[in-house]
Amino acid sequence: MSSVLYDTPGPRARVRNVVLSFVFFALLGLLLWWAVMKLDDKGQLAWDLWKPFTTGDAWNTYLLPGLGNTLKAAALSMVIALPLGAIFGIARMSDHRWVRVPAGVVVEFFRAIPVLLLMLFAGEFYVRSTDIPSDARPLYAVVTGLVLYNASVLAEIVRAGILSLPKGQTEAAYAIGLRKGQTMAGILLPQAVTAMLPAIVSQLVVIVKDTALGGVMLQFTDLLNARSTLAANYANVIQSFFVVAVIYIALNFLLTSFASWLEGRLRRSTRGTGAVLGAGTVEDLNTGDTGGAVPAGKTG
Amino acid sequence: MFDFLEGYDVLGAFWTTVQLTVFSGVGSLVWGILLAGMRVSPVPLMRGFGTAYVNIVRNIPLTIIILFTSLGLADIFGVTMGSQDFKIQGFRLAVLGLIAYTAAFVCEAIRSGINTVPLGQAEAARAIGLSFSQTLRLIVLPQAFRAVIGPLANVLIALTKNTTVAAAIGVAEAATLMKTMIENEAQTVAIGAVFALGFVVLTLPTGLLLGWLGKRLAVKR
Repeated sequence: MSSVLYDTPGPRARVRNVVLSFVFFALLGLLLWWAVMKLDDKGQLAWDLWKPFTTGDAWNTYLLPGLGNTLKAAALSMVIALPLGAIFGIARMSDHRWVRVPAGVVVEFFRAIPVLLLMLFAGEFYVRSTDIPSDARPLYAVVTGLVLYNASVLAEIVRAGILSLPKGQTEAAYAIGLRKGQTMAGILLPQAVTAMLPAIVSQLVVIVKDTALGGVMLQFTDLLNARSTLAANYANVIQSFFVVAVIYIALNFLLTSFASWLEGRLRRSTRGTGAVLGAGTVEDLNTGDTGGAVPAGKTG
Repeated sequence: MFDFLEGYDVLGAFWTTVQLTVFSGVGSLVWGILLAGMRVSPVPLMRGFGTAYVNIVRNIPLTIIILFTSLGLADIFGVTMGSQDFKIQGFRLAVLGLIAYTAAFVCEAIRSGINTVPLGQAEAARAIGLSFSQTLRLIVLPQAFRAVIGPLANVLIALTKNTTVAAAIGVAEAATLMKTMIENEAQTVAIGAVFALGFVVLTLPTGLLLGWLGKRLAVKR
């Protein structure tokens, strides 16, 4: 990688880089050494604690069902939140004040509240006001919380997607006599969806991560909850954390890579006319779980 | 009307939320800047570490990180954060977890800010003989910072909301209290509204103020 921040290293810079590399390597090694020594002290490196993960039992009884529930909750939330988000996103751009303002208030409100509070509230609400069986309640609560929050984030993505289209699209649609609704449904939304796809995929990462809240706070039997049952059974806390974290990282890394692959593909394709909304755009819009980044379009 | 609030220290819980936010915010800003510096540094090993850290930490649920600080770091590694008091320890561990997680996002925000600084600036800095660290400290970062106040505000707002995850290790902040309250009291909706309002009050001014500041301070090009 060449950078504008530094020149191609000359002899002195090369020596300095090597020295710095060694110092940094030593520091990292020291930290790692401390961690390994500590683990060894506590007998955490014993093969018995890692062995369960090589047997089918740990996977079939705990981890895979847990992962299944995590994916189920994430998929359900996404499927419900998408149309809801589209509706609110479009409503926010309505010409009518009485549609635009309430939609804006709802979106901003749910974006300002932690997902955990929404989940806790939904859980208690289902206990008091509905007759949903108690074993299904955690899933309902988790999905409700995720839907409310992510629909409002997706609403912003939809809005940004539609706003990213050139004005000429709308004008041409009006010129050939389409009505407002027809323009939105037939011209703007299909193009916006293409532009939004990468942003939507990266929002899935946020949803997958947030399902973990249900596992700890709502007794939802997701991957994280399965971890604690498993750890209670085999007495391998550290090891189970390690394995579960690796599963989450692999899953989300796949999603992130897919999103950026999609983004690159869409940017190169000549079909769309709008700017492609990548992960950076979501993060910029999303005051939720992820941080911010300046969208690629704004640079320079 | 609000008699259900009696007997509960709602303000105290939100004060803990604010404290979690402030300490984690400052910590993750420092650690995030260091990470961003590593990610653009000329030393390949540091670049690799920065990239790996960001990609790994961003993809782990915060809940896992926070739980791990308590069940892993404290119980197994014996990291007590300088306190034997269980409550103080939980608070400090939560701050540690929040810093580790948020710094990855701060790093990415700052790095995107570094990309907004025109190439000519860094080239000119190099031309007058500034070293990498001088270029970064004196020329690039000050401009990058002014460009990323908006995104950093988003990170701060996200952090404010993420502090609720500390409830997973029993830190007495807003989410913990809300859980207790809606289980004990009848007025579910009213309690939900109070806590929702609390977070709106915390996050809305932050967003508005920093958004305004970001617009004012952005380097006009």
